[in-house]
Amino acid sequence: MNETKIIDARNTFCPGPLMELITYIRQADVGDSLELLSTDDGTANDVPEWIEKVGHEMISSEKVEGVWHITVRKTK
Amino acid sequence: MRILVVGGGTGGTIVANNLARRLAPEIRARKAWITMLSASDRHMYQPGLLYVAFGQMMPDELYRDQQSLLESSIDFHVDPVETFELDKNQVKTKSGALHAYDVLVIATGSRVMPKKIPGLEEGAETFYTEAGAVKLFKALREFEGGKVCIVVGVPHKCPIAPVEVTFSLHDYFKTRGIRDKVHIKYNYPINRIHSIENVAKWAQPEFDRMGVEYETLFNVEAVDVENKVVKSLEGSEDRYDLLISIPEHHGMDVIESNNLGPDGWIPTDRHKLTMEGHDNVYVVGDTTNLPVSKTGSAAHFEAEVIAENIASIVKIGTPVKDYDGKVYCFIEAGHDRATYAMFNYENPPDLKAANKSMHWFKMSYNKMYWASVRGLL
Repeated sequence: MNETKIIDARNTFCPGPLMELITYIRQADVGDSLELLSTDDGTANDVPEWIEKVGHEMISSEKVEGVWHITVRKTK
Repeated sequence: MRILVVGGGTGGTIVANNLARRLAPEIRARKAWITMLSASDRHMYQPGLLYVAFGQMMPDELYRDQQSLLESSIDFHVDPVETFELDKNQVKTKSGALHAYDVLVIATGSRVMPKKIPGLEEGAETFYTEAGAVKLFKALREFEGGKVCIVVGVPHKCPIAPVEVTFSLHDYFKTRGIRDKVHIKYNYPINRIHSIENVAKWAQPEFDRMGVEYETLFNVEAVDVENKVVKSLEGSEDRYDLLISIPEHHGMDVIESNNLGPDGWIPTDRHKLTMEGHDNVYVVGDTTNLPVSKTGSAAHFEAEVIAENIASIVKIGTPVKDYDGKVYCFIEAGHDRATYAMFNYENPPDLKAANKSMHWFKMSYNKMYWASVRGLL
């Protein structure tokens, strides 16, 4: 994968943004970047907590016009 | 207009029946044709598997002949699709038949993938297949005490199932009089005990009251069958006497082998329910890659939108509805109480306290499903 994969989890409650990220990160290759879009403010804390615990890499996290853009890289 | 429905589960059956009624005049006038291709001549009520796992339903109660569920105007074939030729608007089947279409509905569903996790298939019980549900019940009958661990793969069908099976385990062992000898441990992939925040807020005090231990941020990485230890991607380990898995799901192999979507999930427009890049191809139920629950309920509401839109295209040349993400899930809170979660893309569920009336409504729905899938409810 050369481009960052966009995961649109805006306005979703089940399975929700972190579960969506886990789904797509399992599909990705090591080294791939994924950008999660979420309108759930909890995502801004949930994703870094999981990424740190599992050992992947946080690239960036910012809220733009009500939408969180959280980019991570699969490292293993 | 030739309408081809591939798949005879909840979504495909509701689309076909709903369309057959809406397009009855056009079908009589031979201006519309509905064909269904399925891999099976039987239709399973999949939510019933949880009841089989606790000895509350027999497997034969879960099935009906697929033909008996369909409107008589639907041309039904047990002949699964092997090749999708979307650029030619046709599919090829296992028997070698070629079916051309003007509108295609893909409703092939999903499958469990326990082989993705080393040791999971050998070491864990599951209730997502008929054989698995019966095997789990026999294991529960023989269980006299020890630690029962629940682990959850991502993504999985029926997101409510992890909490439902946990509540049911508590009630089952309580009824047998051995609850004090059973340690129930619930492991969940994200950092609360359910993906829906309001379900997590409701279930956590219930777990506390029942004495259910829980661990979050636990994604299964491997099962050491010999030593009965399940290991997580996050680095923790859990010893078990009985391991129950809600396995990771993929879409069907025919979707993957035809390169229609990664892991068998087809990229789908969240409102139109059309396949990305193909306006005459609709996707329904588990087969979509939509960020909504993989449940019969989501398939049902999606199917109604798809049928209404295909019918309106036939009648006035344009679709009329958007899917709003609606899902309605019963939540069994054990063997005698239930609640429900209803939500869409904009509105989260507002959970009510579990009660006996909702449980009996769910038990009734287990029978009413056969009217629902015929499109009568």
